[in-house]
Amino acid sequence: MRFKAPVFRNIAMFSIMAFLFLVVGFVQGWGFSLTILNLCLISAIMSLGVNIQWGYAGLLNVGVMGFVALGGLAAVLVSVPPVEEAITAGGAGLLLSLIILIVTVASIIVTSRKVAPPYRRPLIAGIVVIGYFVVRFFYVPAVEAIEAVNPALQGNLGGLGLPIISSWIVGGIFAAGAAWVVGKISLGLRSDYLAIATLGISEIIIAILKHEEWLARGVKNQIGLPRPVPFEVDVQNDPYYQGIADSLGVNIIEFSSIFVKLCYAGLFLIVLLIVLYFAEKALKSPWGRMMQAIRDNETAAEAMGKDVKGRHLQVFILGSAVIGVAGAMLTTIDGQFTPPSYQPLRYTFLIWVMVIVGGSGNNWGAVLGGFVIWFFWIQAEPLGLSLIEFVTSGLAETNALRQHLIENAAHMRSFTMGLILLLVLRFSPKGLIPER
Amino acid sequence: MDFINSFVLLGNYVIIPAFVYGCQLALGALGVTLVYGILRFSNFAHGESMAFGAMVTILVTWAMQSYGISIHPLPTALLALPFGIAALVFLILVTDKFVYRFYRKQRSAPVVFLIASIGVMFLYNGIIRFIIGPNDQNFNDGERFIIRVSEFKAMTGLDEGIALRMTQGVTIVVSIAIVAALFWFLNRTKTGKSMRAFSDNRDLALLSGINPDRVVMIDWILTGVLATIAGTLYGLDKSFKPFTYQQLLLPIFASAIVGGLGSPIGAIAGGFIVAFSEIMLTYAYRKFFFYLLPETWMPDGLIQLLSTDYKFAVSFTILVIVLLVRPTGIFKGQSV
Repeated sequence: MRFKAPVFRNIAMFSIMAFLFLVVGFVQGWGFSLTILNLCLISAIMSLGVNIQWGYAGLLNVGVMGFVALGGLAAVLVSVPPVEEAITAGGAGLLLSLIILIVTVASIIVTSRKVAPPYRRPLIAGIVVIGYFVVRFFYVPAVEAIEAVNPALQGNLGGLGLPIISSWIVGGIFAAGAAWVVGKISLGLRSDYLAIATLGISEIIIAILKHEEWLARGVKNQIGLPRPVPFEVDVQNDPYYQGIADSLGVNIIEFSSIFVKLCYAGLFLIVLLIVLYFAEKALKSPWGRMMQAIRDNETAAEAMGKDVKGRHLQVFILGSAVIGVAGAMLTTIDGQFTPPSYQPLRYTFLIWVMVIVGGSGNNWGAVLGGFVIWFFWIQAEPLGLSLIEFVTSGLAETNALRQHLIENAAHMRSFTMGLILLLVLRFSPKGLIPER
Repeated sequence: MDFINSFVLLGNYVIIPAFVYGCQLALGALGVTLVYGILRFSNFAHGESMAFGAMVTILVTWAMQSYGISIHPLPTALLALPFGIAALVFLILVTDKFVYRFYRKQRSAPVVFLIASIGVMFLYNGIIRFIIGPNDQNFNDGERFIIRVSEFKAMTGLDEGIALRMTQGVTIVVSIAIVAALFWFLNRTKTGKSMRAFSDNRDLALLSGINPDRVVMIDWILTGVLATIAGTLYGLDKSFKPFTYQQLLLPIFASAIVGGLGSPIGAIAGGFIVAFSEIMLTYAYRKFFFYLLPETWMPDGLIQLLSTDYKFAVSFTILVIVLLVRPTGIFKGQSV
């Protein structure tokens, strides 16, 4: 019966969160409340992913943004219909250059393992140079051919034309693949080197997504992605839903918007519950206890015969895959893929605030953190604005200082997030729901 | 003649810009490395610190401009620098008192400091955007050029010319002066020596009566000075936009790690390595070979190894190579 008090406390905290959504629903409208809720669900999944890496194993991944973006890429590549013309124009050349790239990388790895030191580095350098020019020889004309196909709307290879919901799994696989490469390179390093290496890889992923327009249109943005739920217009024109709206006595337009958002919320909730179930199951298994043992004392765990590096790689891939799933879901609900919108503050560091505030090492904490932080990230803007308006109400409407403050009030939300993070880190370092 | 022309061209488009960028990165990396050497954590708030120092300098510059104070042909920002430095040092010391000091007393793991620095990054980020907004600000009012291309061509009679912008000249001179002063301080003064001792072996330093609080305070002051100068020089040379400072964090960390975290000389070398590789790999060499090769040998295309969009990839790749080949950096830094 020892666990009774904290359980009550946790239920109370989640209830308060639910109550806040109700308040927002009544005050600011149900559509707005559901919009926040949907992104809270996605944030909770991302925060679970980071928690798997940081909370279970103490791995500092500062490249969350990159994995989120890879999930988004998966959403595009799975759901968009293929562009036949582009594939015939440059598909073969692209495939060839990809194969050569793989051969080059493979021969570099073989060389670095098999060749003895005096010849190793010059040989690797030679392979890099030759590989670079051969790859470019096939790659550049292929890309030019692809990007010339209907550049205003396409100019890329397109995707598979499958339902977008299947991209959620593909997003996880993409992110896991990238995590395997990053982990292989940087997991043996010290914690802050891993942080900087992941920061770097995330910036590179964004750079590639922005500038490789044959892949997912890059900075030209891919808009109008298919949806897993009905469109509002279809709901409005369907007599069945019109009947429901009438019997509820609400406007059909408002009804359709809320209905669609509820569909998303249902799908996201299912994913969240699945991830949460497996995360909890893993944490309570011998595997989870081994991870905690490794986290708390690597040397001791290694002395006990645990493969520390292998376990780290495993947990890094798992966590990144979860983040990738969430990234694909995010692009799905946005209905568009816009690489320039990925910024580290929003997609990496904010997720970190969620995990730390929620309680690192505790999955429920990570979920609660995702909800709380996203809620306040959104609400800080109107709250900050009304605060500034109240504080400056003594000044004239045209006062320059007042206008400046009101104009820039939105930026106070990063300040608020920093403050929350520092206060939690200092006064309650275990977070809202501490690790058991 | 063609041979000289091609190298003048290279000097104008590669060597001068890379040297200037290297100076800016080196000053930034010195700040990161100093924090690492004494406090043993990677300071993620360093980019925002640079932006804050530069921002105060800009505000003071504008105030000076409105009073008609100027040191033409030099940019007024140089005159405003001490105010920016004072403001940033004050901010950093307040931050240290309320944030980092607690974890020092607790003897927390470096990773806790790192997470705290992410919180500080958010705080500074909010303050900067709240005060000056997220947009581009121009505050360079000095003479545009020291040497113009046309003047150079007239002087030498070559087809290609070298231009040296005032901001580039200022960056080089100020960086050399500040680095010389820093090394004099670290190597010749008693305080500087005590800092190096503290960085090398903390317990021994404490036993020999070095006051850790004082070392930490001076370390933060030096960091503030370097960050403001680096931020202002970068803003003068390119333009001031808060977001770019956040993006500078990666090349700065790459420079510091490539040189060896905690080693000041390494930070400088790292800054130049990163800057030169970034610019040399993304420069289009077509015109350079145009002077060197016979016309029939000229290949098509720009002869550019990497698109400029991938300059981040360059610093990261260097970082990875160094970490794989020599994890402590070129000039053996600390590894904990």
